This record gives sequence, structure tokens and C-alpha cells, in this order.
Amino acid sequence: MSRAWLPLAIFLVLATFLGIGLTLNPREVPSPLIGKPAPAFTLPTLAEPQKQFSVEDAKGKVWLLNVWASWCTPCLEEHPLIEALSKKGIPIYGLNYKDKEAAATAWLKRHGDPYRLSVVDPTGRIGIDYGVYGTPETYVIDKQGVIRFKHVGPLNPQVVERTLLPLIAKLRAS
Amino acid sequence: MLRALVLAAALAATLGTIEGDARAQATDAPAAAAPAGTAPPASTGVARPNAADPVLEKRLQAVTKELRCMVCQNESIADSHAPLAVDMRNEIRDQLKSGMSEQQVIAFMVERYGNFVRFRPPLDWTTIGLWFGPALLMILGFGALLSQMRQRRNLSTMRAVPELSAAERAALASLADGDGPRSDRTQNDKTGNR
Amino acid sequence: MIPELGHFCLILALVLALVQSIFPLVGAQRGTESWMAMARPVAQGQGVFVTLAFVALVYSFMNQDFSVLNVAQNSHSQLPPLYRFTATWGSHEGSLLLWVFMLSGWTVAVTVFSKQLPAPLVARVLAVMGMISVGFLSFMLFTSNPFERLIPAAADGRDLNPLLQDIGMVMHPPLLYMGYVGFAVAFAFAIAALISGELDSTWARWSRPWTTVAWLFLTLGIALGSAWAYYELGWGGWWFWDPVENASFVPWLVGTALIHSLAVTEKRGAFKSWTVLLAISAFSLSLLGTFLVRSGVLTSVHSFATDPERGLYILAFLVVSIGASLALYAWRAPKIGLGGSFDLMSRETALLGNNVLLVVAAGSILLGTLYPLIIDALGLGKLSVGPPYFDAVYLPLMSPLMFLMGIGPVAKWKKATLPEMAIRLRWAFGISVVTAIVVPLAMSAQTGIGTFSPLASFGILCAMWIASTAITSLVQRLRQADGPLLSRFARPTASFYGMLLAHFGVAVFVVGVTMVRGYESEQDVRMRIGETVQSGGYTFRFDGVREVPGPNFRAMEGKITVLKDGAFVEVLAPQKRVYNASGMVMTEAAIDSGFTRDLYVSLGEPVDNGESWIVRVYHKPYIDWIWAGCFLMALGGLLAVCDRRYRVKVRERTPKSGSETNYGPGSSPGSGGRPSPVGTSPLTAKLGSDPNYRPMDGGLR
Repeated sequence: MSRAWLPLAIFLVLATFLGIGLTLNPREVPSPLIGKPAPAFTLPTLAEPQKQFSVEDAKGKVWLLNVWASWCTPCLEEHPLIEALSKKGIPIYGLNYKDKEAAATAWLKRHGDPYRLSVVDPTGRIGIDYGVYGTPETYVIDKQGVIRFKHVGPLNPQVVERTLLPLIAKLRAS
Repeated sequence: MLRALVLAAALAATLGTIEGDARAQATDAPAAAAPAGTAPPASTGVARPNAADPVLEKRLQAVTKELRCMVCQNESIADSHAPLAVDMRNEIRDQLKSGMSEQQVIAFMVERYGNFVRFRPPLDWTTIGLWFGPALLMILGFGALLSQMRQRRNLSTMRAVPELSAAERAALASLADGDGPRSDRTQNDKTGNR
Repeated sequence: MIPELGHFCLILALVLALVQSIFPLVGAQRGTESWMAMARPVAQGQGVFVTLAFVALVYSFMNQDFSVLNVAQNSHSQLPPLYRFTATWGSHEGSLLLWVFMLSGWTVAVTVFSKQLPAPLVARVLAVMGMISVGFLSFMLFTSNPFERLIPAAADGRDLNPLLQDIGMVMHPPLLYMGYVGFAVAFAFAIAALISGELDSTWARWSRPWTTVAWLFLTLGIALGSAWAYYELGWGGWWFWDPVENASFVPWLVGTALIHSLAVTEKRGAFKSWTVLLAISAFSLSLLGTFLVRSGVLTSVHSFATDPERGLYILAFLVVSIGASLALYAWRAPKIGLGGSFDLMSRETALLGNNVLLVVAAGSILLGTLYPLIIDALGLGKLSVGPPYFDAVYLPLMSPLMFLMGIGPVAKWKKATLPEMAIRLRWAFGISVVTAIVVPLAMSAQTGIGTFSPLASFGILCAMWIASTAITSLVQRLRQADGPLLSRFARPTASFYGMLLAHFGVAVFVVGVTMVRGYESEQDVRMRIGETVQSGGYTFRFDGVREVPGPNFRAMEGKITVLKDGAFVEVLAPQKRVYNASGMVMTEAAIDSGFTRDLYVSLGEPVDNGESWIVRVYHKPYIDWIWAGCFLMALGGLLAVCDRRYRVKVRERTPKSGSETNYGPGSSPGSGGRPSPVGTSPLTAKLGSDPNYRPMDGGLR
């Protein structure tokens, strides 16, 4: 007698999972690099190609690494927020991803340059090291050079208010 | 019956022509047209493989079929045309050439993109259900089948005729010999209905 | 005006569907004749209004009415007329309307072909189908209205996705939906039987043709989807274990289990509660598939762009409908009873084994498809489960099934003995082993791939086993008949021939898959004009590229001449298209299909400053056998449905005599002797004297 209730029970468990699934985003993939040291790179800067910048140079401060490109439309969406963050005094370094130098420079000139500097990754090789799969992406890196947070896609005010700023404050304090 | 055959033949003919037409990419323009717009020198040799090293390409195919394209809707980086997929293919090709093994390449990608990038999930405590599930279902299924069979057999033995006493057996024997009143022996006709 | 009329028709259809759901059901419970009689006309009325709504949407598309949002999103002024028509179901809203249209079609079919069924049963079946209609119509009207207006109207549309601008779009969704929706009929019959408590082999007899027809449509729909992907996507793959593909395959597996289980319930009165559960599950899985495609919980190339609100609505509908059915099952199932008994070695066991394997396969594929979701919901991270997993799991499950396919048709009902079957099957086994050795050796020699492939050998073994045991069972059947040889072929029923053909189709399918997987070859080359490449014994010569305009695209078309041993075979013209409206680039492969192989060519990009082109050349042996096999399966199903006993005309409505009414076809003397509760079916009276109907003998069916 009790065995006949098994199909219903299984179905209800399944339906619960499906319901939870509706609140999730299957395309959103958490980064395995959180809590790990930011992968090292030494790349030429956009403004002065003969100068190089490496992850080591940013040790000692809490900073953001923002992956952007001139061909990326959502990057334009989040640009005002990046500028606002930069004005707050948060150091933001750009990773110009798979772009042409001329186009990138023109883009910054047209929309404003919020970055301390931007490094150039024309082949996307460093992007692979950081697990980049969609521009724009933003990483929060702490004083020891460890990645503490990653946001895929354009930033929005909620993420900035609720997650980014508190985290940066916390990391600065420690 | 005949109607069914005619219908089936019609369906077959329709499907056949559809599949045939859909494949035919030959256009209506004359076939022997001089290739317009491409005037490179003609050659009569054998075409070069697109890949510099076909053996390496085969290894690349095997590895990239196991990895998911992160920006696509459920494609592998072997099949995808997305820029990220092309980048990853190039990176993996270099790595294989430099001597890394397939496992090392996959580990490299998993380190940067997480287990999501693998189409064949690793076996750890979260994926036990996945890898052993089918076998478990098989065992449960056949177990249920066997217990059902046993239940049926028990039921039918329960319904079996209980042992007769000696007096009852004698009465039965006399009936069978036709000494008693004729029992209404019904015919078991061909339709199986009584 | 027309879109508003269409919208209004949907509202009317919903009202009628509500009436259809409530009154006949209550009427059947109470025995109110007039309320039960409402079912047919109301259902037909609903069908009329749904059809009108569908026609209204088609009209909007054919007339390029860009003031309708759906048309603006999915069509374009340059879209050819055929694709304007298919764009009707090229979106979430449009395909839902197609779904409802199919459902109303099936409902009307039930009203027409149910004259011999008792009124309460028809009333309940139509009521259940009405409830499903209510669910989908309300879903459409509240969240996914296809007739929504776009004001001001767009100047031009966004164009139908170029991938869908193909003849496959005409056939694949309608066939697929005919299958999905058709299982609703078996579902409705099961629910009706559970409600009334009358679950016997007559119920199985009535359900069977409906289920088989739905199954055969689903078979064709899935096969067409696979064939379409093959020639459309440009790299020759034909099955990707994509979540949406799996969502169609899982109900197919359960549906296959169902048609076999129904056979046993009809003939032996056994497996009744299991068959009912399968009938509920098959349709439930169709509904689950609908949810998975439209809710956005899984990533797939097939999924529609939707929002979670719609997903929630479908989920609520799922919980209510499937939950209520399974609760009804749990409540009523224990009262159903066991039916005929049978031995461990018997056809019943073989069929039960078939059922277990099919259901386990369905469960495993569902597990793999949903596992990433489950792990994510439990907060344990993100996983991907793809082809490597499914390939690894599916074959081991299917192997014992293919073995059983040989045993089932040959084993006797109720009791078969191992030595007897071994003797019957010895020739089949011998032939299978021999071909399993010879064919791989021959194929390796011909294509130059490997020397002997064990996997290919296994595949051929299974295929030949299925085919030769099918022939064995035919021979067995012919031997049992008497008379001149040719006339003996008329003795077995259409049902039997249908089974043979369908099983034969499986064998053909297995050959196709085995050969392609084992012996296909690919060449990825850079070709200058005049250069050649070899693949599978054929020579492919590149003769250049030219520009070709299309109705709504521009293309570069290559010319590849195919030769075999110097003799001309074919000219293939692959294209690389750029569509005007969307700018999307599409590769159109060129295929030369043959009985024993396909030659598949696709064009890449120009390289070396336009000197050469990248060309991919494939030789795919026996690949068309994959879809030919599916087609044969469907044809077998069609044949089975044409069996005479489903076309029995009722001569008398009243039962002949007392004794005949008590023992319907449902209880054969071997089955514990309990009389069928439905004693007054006119079908019983007719079949009692039908000489073709012999539930007693061991193996004639």
C-alpha cells in the first residue's frame, strides 16, 4: 500500500528542486580563483606601450581589476559606475581584452578614463588565466594580492552598494 | 490494411523527397561557371591539411570534446566558433605541443574555470549520485521486478487447492467415474470463453 | 482586427474548456446523462475556436502584420512565404498556440473515434483533456499572448532565426508536438480508469491505438530533429545529448515501455497498475519537457528566451496536474489487483524486463540532465553533464535491452522454457555471431580504419540478433498456420507485422549508429582550385567559389566535384550564407546521400589571402540508416494500429447472454478467474465470437 505513494513523493522532491532552479541562473559560474592569489602577469600598458605593469606592483592596496574592450557594449553600460568608484578613490586597473590599441585609446578618450592605467591583452591569454569568459568582468583583489570577489557582466548599483563597497571597506580595514 | 499501406507509401514518398530536396544544394545556374572573384592559380596537387600537425589535431579534438564552451549554449570548444573557444583551442594546442598530457590540460582549465568547464564531471562526493545512479536504478528496478514475481508466486500458491481428506478424495473419485449425478461440464470452446 | 478576433477565440476556447472539464466529470460521477453528453459537442466547439485562433496567427504572419509583436519579433519582409508560415510557431508564444492546436485536434479525434466506448468513460477522458487545455490556454492568455500588439507597428521585423529557415521547421515541431500531446490521451484514459475504478484489459485495448499513434509521431519528430541538425549545423553531428533533446527522448523511452506494457495488460490482464503509472508518467514527462524548454532552468541551444515568471506558472501547473494524478494513483492503485500470473521464464517477464530497462534508461538520462540543477540547488557548485557522460551510461543500459528484444517475440506467454527457446533461437544466434565477425573485418578493409573494432562488432551483433530473431518469430508463426505457403502470410495480424517492422527498424537504426561511429572519416583541408582530397575511398576536387544571391541572404558557394576511382559521382555545392536582416553567418553543408554512405562537404573561410579555402569533407557510412530505422519503427507502429480488432464495428449494443457478459476479454481462464467489472461492453459481445481472438494459446501473438 505504501509503495504506491512513492511516485508522488519522488515527483514532489523533483518539483522542489525545479522550483529552486527557477531562482538560479544556470549561466552564472562562480570563479574557482576566489581566495587564491591573482595570477601573475606583466603586460605593457595602453598609454605607454614601453612601460610594463605587473600584479606585484599593486601589492599593498585593495584594488579592482576591470576587464573591458572597445567592442564591448555592456562595458559602456557600467562605465558610469566605474567612474564613480574611481572618484571615490578606489584604485581601478583595466585589462583591455582582445582589443586594438587605437580603438581602445579612442574609446577611453570618448567616454573617459577611470583607470589608473590599463594593461593590454590582445590575444586573451591572460584572460584565460583569470577565467575570463564574458566582458566586462570585475575582480576585487586585496592587499596581499589575493582575489576576493569576481563579478561577471556589467556592474549594477545593487552589487556595488551591497557587495563591492562593504567588501572593499572590510579589506582596507584588515 | 490497404489504406494503411497506401498512407505509408505516401508518407515515405513525401519524406524521401523532402530529405532529398533539402540536401540538394545544387543551384539552378549552370554548373560549369568559371569561378568568379577568385582567380588564384589552379593547382592539381593534393590539398594540404588545414592543421599543421594532423596527429596533434586528433589529440586536440579528443580533449576539446570534453570541455565546455563557456559562452555558448551547451556546445563543446571542439565544435564552437565563438572567439573564446578559438582562443582556448589555440592555447590547448600549444600546451599539447609543449608536452602536457590530456589530463594536465583539463586540470589547467578546471583550475581557471571550475568544474563547469568539464562535460564529464569528476568523481567526487557530490557526483556519486550521478555516476552510480544508473547502476543503482538498475538494481532497484530488477529488485522490484523480482519481488513482484515472488509476490505473485506466493499469491498463486495461496490460492492453490488445499489438501483433500481421504473421504473427499473418495467422493471425487466416484464422481469422476460417473457414478454420481452428471456435473455440468462446460465446453472450453476455441474462444476461451466459458 | 484579426489578431483581436484570434485573442477572443482563445478566450472562448478557455471558457469551453472549463465547461468541458467540469460538467462531464460531475455528470459521470452522478450518472447524469445530459451532462455526460455535453462532453463531445463542447470539446468540438473548443476545437473550432482554437483552430480559428491558430488561423488568425497564421494570417498575421502570412500578411506580414508587423503591428503584432510576435510577427515583428520573428518575421521579416524578405522572408520567403513558406518560412513566414512556419514562423508562426518559431517563438515561445507561437509554439504554445501550436501545442494547444494539436491538443484540440487530438481531443476532437477522441470525440469522433470513441463511439463504441461507454459514455462515462468518454466523459471522463474528455474532461481530463479539457483540464489540460484549461492549463495551457490560461497560461497563454495570462503570460504568453501571441496576439499582443506592437504600437506603433515596426517598420520591419527582426527576422526568423536563420537556423529555423528550413524545411525541417515545417515538419519537426508539428510532428513532435503531435507526439507529446498524443500521450495526453493515454494519460486521460488512465485517469478516467482510476476515477471509475474500472481498470481491466478492455481499458488497455482502448488506450493502445491512441498511445501507439502518439508514439509513432514522437518517433518521427525526434528523428526529423536529428536529421535536421545533421544537415543544418554543418559538422555532421546528429545527436548532442542537449537538455532539450533529452527532454524529448525521455518521454519516448517511457512511451515505448508503455506500448509494450499495454500489450501485456490487454492480452493477459497483468501489469495493470504499472501500465497506469507509465501512462501517467509518459505525459508527465512531456509536460516536464515543456517546463524545461521554456523556464530557463537549463542552458540549451533549443531553449526559448523566457522569464522565470512563465516558468513559475508552468511549474504550478505541473505540480497540480501531475501531483493530483499521482495522488489519485496512490489512492486507487492498491485496489487494482494483479491479473494473470506467469512464470519467471515467459514473454511477460521479457516484457517486464524491457520495461525496467527502458524506464531505468529514461531515469538515467533525466538524472544526467537535471543533475547540474540539483547540485546548484543544493549549493554544491556548478557542474556540466555532457555527451561523455551520456554516451558512457546509455550503451550499457541498452545492451541487455537489445538482447531481450530477441527473446520477447519468441517466448511464449505465461510459460516458456529455456531449452525450448535456445533451440528456437540457435540459428539467429549463429547468424548474429558470424556477421559480427565478418562485417567489421570487411568495413575495416574497405575504409582503412583499424583492423577489427570490438565496439562495431558488438553493434552488428545486437542489430543482427534483433533482425534474425524477428524473422525467427515470423517463421515460427507461419509454421503454426496451415495451408499453402503464400496464404499463410495473411494469417498473422497487422499488430504482429507492425511489431516485426518496428523491431526491424531498431536493428536498422543500430546498424547506422554502429557504422557511423566506427568508420566515419573526416578531412579538414586547405584547398586551392584543382586540388583534391581523399576520404572514404572518394576523391573530392575543389573547383572554386562564386557569389550567389538568395531571397534574403548572400552566399559564397563552393563547387566540389566528387569522383570515385576516376569516375564522376556528383557535384556538391556547399554555401556560406550571410543573412541580410540579422547579419548572421550560416554554413550550409552539401550532402550526397546514398544507401551505404553520405558524402558531406562544408565550406570554411578563405585563407592565404583568398588563395585557398578551408573545406571539411566527411565520409559517413550508413548514416541514413539511422533515420531510416526510425522511420521503419514509426511505420511499424502505424501498421499495428491498423489491426482489425481496433476497427471492430459494433453490431449490437446489448449483451447477448448472461454468461458472456461476465467474462470479457479481460479475464482469460488462466488469470485467476476474476471477472472484468466492465461486463456490458458491446465490444465484448462482438469479440466473443471473433475467431481471431484467442487469449488462451501460448504464443500466437
